[in-house]
Amino acid sequence: MKKIKLTINGKLFSVNSNPFSRLLDVLRDELKLTGTKEGCGEGECGACSVIMEGKLVNSCLVPILQAEGKKILTVEGLAKKSLTPLQKNFMKCGGAQCGICTPGMLMAAHAIQLKKKKPSKKEIREGLGGNLCRCTGYSQIIESIQATRSKA
Amino acid sequence: MRGYLPDYRLGSAKKLEEAFNFLENGARPFAGGTDIMVLMDSGILPPGEYFDILNLKELRGIKLRKDEVHLGALSTYSEIRDHQLIQKHFPILVQSAREVGAIAIQNRGTLGGNIANASPAADFPPGLLVYDAKINLLSSQGIRNLDYNNFHLGYKKSELQPNELIHSIILKPHFLKYRHFWRKVGSRQAQAISKTMIAAVAKVNKKKIEDIKIAYGSVAPTAVRCSHVEFFLLGKTLNSKIISEAKNILVKDIQPIDDIRSTGKYRLVASQNVLEEFLCGIG
Repeated sequence: MKKIKLTINGKLFSVNSNPFSRLLDVLRDELKLTGTKEGCGEGECGACSVIMEGKLVNSCLVPILQAEGKKILTVEGLAKKSLTPLQKNFMKCGGAQCGICTPGMLMAAHAIQLKKKKPSKKEIREGLGGNLCRCTGYSQIIESIQATRSKA
Repeated sequence: MRGYLPDYRLGSAKKLEEAFNFLENGARPFAGGTDIMVLMDSGILPPGEYFDILNLKELRGIKLRKDEVHLGALSTYSEIRDHQLIQKHFPILVQSAREVGAIAIQNRGTLGGNIANASPAADFPPGLLVYDAKINLLSSQGIRNLDYNNFHLGYKKSELQPNELIHSIILKPHFLKYRHFWRKVGSRQAQAISKTMIAAVAKVNKKKIEDIKIAYGSVAPTAVRCSHVEFFLLGKTLNSKIISEAKNILVKDIQPIDDIRSTGKYRLVASQNVLEEFLCGIG
């Protein structure tokens, strides 16, 4: 076990974990930040996506040791006082259906916006390439991001 | 079932001496984790001690030194795809980095990991083969330099010794006058592991081939250079008869098999077709 400090959504946390533990498990089980979901557990589905040091990562593939001292943004950290334009557009355009992929989709969408304010449809599709939606609601998810883009 | 967490230890090497100590004690290097964490999740990662190498700055960075490009083993797919030097001189590596997994994998997976894993389906090796890459292996004894073509010995077997780390890949930027071609055949655009893939470069003057290098992945125990096809095409002027002969000769260079992703028969035909696509594009 090792004491590991990291910043999540702007707050400093200290956890006592096996360094090999998945960032995903530390978020969900130890810190009760259950917004981040587990889908496949092997980096295929993107449900566990979070942003680490400004870059999209699969939290199921990051051992907590490698998150030491890092800044992590999870879905809980997106909204401040009210929902972000992206989140509002997911609601408006039907970007969320059953909801299990939504936190990961929001983080992937946020990562697309971090890279480019007005991404093309191709760039949106590429940015979502690692996120699966079992409801197959991809068109509405892309529309949600496009709607945000047009207001950006 | 997942691996049992208490069976695994993960240390951290901040300096090279620490890394050599870990290696001496039988610990195994851990970089981006995009393969190791998956094996852990499937319960097939050998238990024991691992050590994080992401803080070893000697293994990082993409630099031009004299007339060589050095790619540190810890370069991520994202760093490679976004780097101007690589985009200008080695576009095949940019394309292959773009099509590995998806963004979240590209942000974490490393060049060294892709090579060390020694999978025949790895995306970088065919490109490295056609660019005549060299590889630097680092141990407490210093650096050992090999032709990348001699690095992979067989399925999941390589020259890398237990006391060594992959240090860097060295490339000569001699391909500005070449046509570059890369094509991965998989089930979908993102997250696909290839059924076959081709990397090729050629210098062509009025349809006559002055130089040509062709490599494949996923159709032999390792990525392979196609010496028979290259020898046949060198000096030839391309036409449909030559292209069709080259496709026939390809069977001497690759040994596609049936596995979970495809069949040997499909792989052969698809490999021949992407060769044709390449040759038609340069002729």
